[in-house]
Amino acid sequence: MKNKIIKTAAVLIYIAFVSLSFIFGYNPGKLIGHNFASFSLEMIKLLPPVFILIGLFEVWVKREFIEKHLGKNSSVLSYVWAILLAGPIAGGLIPAFPIAYSLFQKGAKMSVIFTFIGAAAVCRIPMTLFEASFLGIKFTLVRLLVSIPLVIISSIWLGKYLEKKDYIIMKG
Amino acid sequence: MYLLYIATALALSISFFINKEKTIKAVKMAYKKLTKISPAFLGLIIAVSIVLYLVPEQVISSSLGNDNKFLSILLASFMGSITLMPGPIAYPLGAILLKEGVSYMVLSAFTTTLMMVGVLTFPIEKAYFGTKVTILRNIISFFIAIGVAVMTGFVFGEII
Repeated sequence: MKNKIIKTAAVLIYIAFVSLSFIFGYNPGKLIGHNFASFSLEMIKLLPPVFILIGLFEVWVKREFIEKHLGKNSSVLSYVWAILLAGPIAGGLIPAFPIAYSLFQKGAKMSVIFTFIGAAAVCRIPMTLFEASFLGIKFTLVRLLVSIPLVIISSIWLGKYLEKKDYIIMKG
Repeated sequence: MYLLYIATALALSISFFINKEKTIKAVKMAYKKLTKISPAFLGLIIAVSIVLYLVPEQVISSSLGNDNKFLSILLASFMGSITLMPGPIAYPLGAILLKEGVSYMVLSAFTTTLMMVGVLTFPIEKAYFGTKVTILRNIISFFIAIGVAVMTGFVFGEII
């Protein structure tokens, strides 16, 4: 409750600061306001389709299917699936979190969802192509070859560690 | 972005064609999930608007060009962790920095942390996975990025 009051106060102060900046022509505040508008617009464009796809995933994909391929008793292949699933994601970590959470709710194990998040960060196909064309294929290859194994290993470790501690992922 | 819209429209129409009720349920679910997480997104957008003002591109560029390699790697990873920049802006910027003499190693530290470590996305990650997971995942990602940068330095002959 107390936390909520602080958050609301912070948001109100922010709004007051930005609006006053526009009224009195205070440049830093105006720039922050512009940043707010352009990033909001980006999120408004990105989030609705992502969440509609998540909704479709929730109603169509059966729990048993996810459990079998990405769950506790799934094979090593589950990590390959996690990486392939992350490949076509646009927009990086932001859409990856809700998708990973849905996968988790459907029965995917923790190490697989961490691999998915890591892969959504490092080996998205659209971004990788962009990177290779600007910084060279060698740069991209080194990055992928080093980061993918490290992402998988650290995800397995983190999953095991959290399971040992009986960590419960809270409802978002 | 267009591909995302095309894919969503396609999936939605196929789903609607097969089962109307399920599709409506999916859209309702999408709406509910989105409204539930929106306060965290407001936090993200406010944080981004302030950080982008405090750390503009010029500041990032100038801080990566330091002569001390290890200091630059640390600075670059720090910059990459606290900022949020879409690929279409980050990579052309990287190409420019490369021409100006910034090493591949430092660039790698910057772009990898940019992608993997999200200080700004903390409110969202926390809302889904809790504080502990979020902190652990980001710390691990930070070290993976350093590992990638060091390896890049070896491959491009920038270390030794």
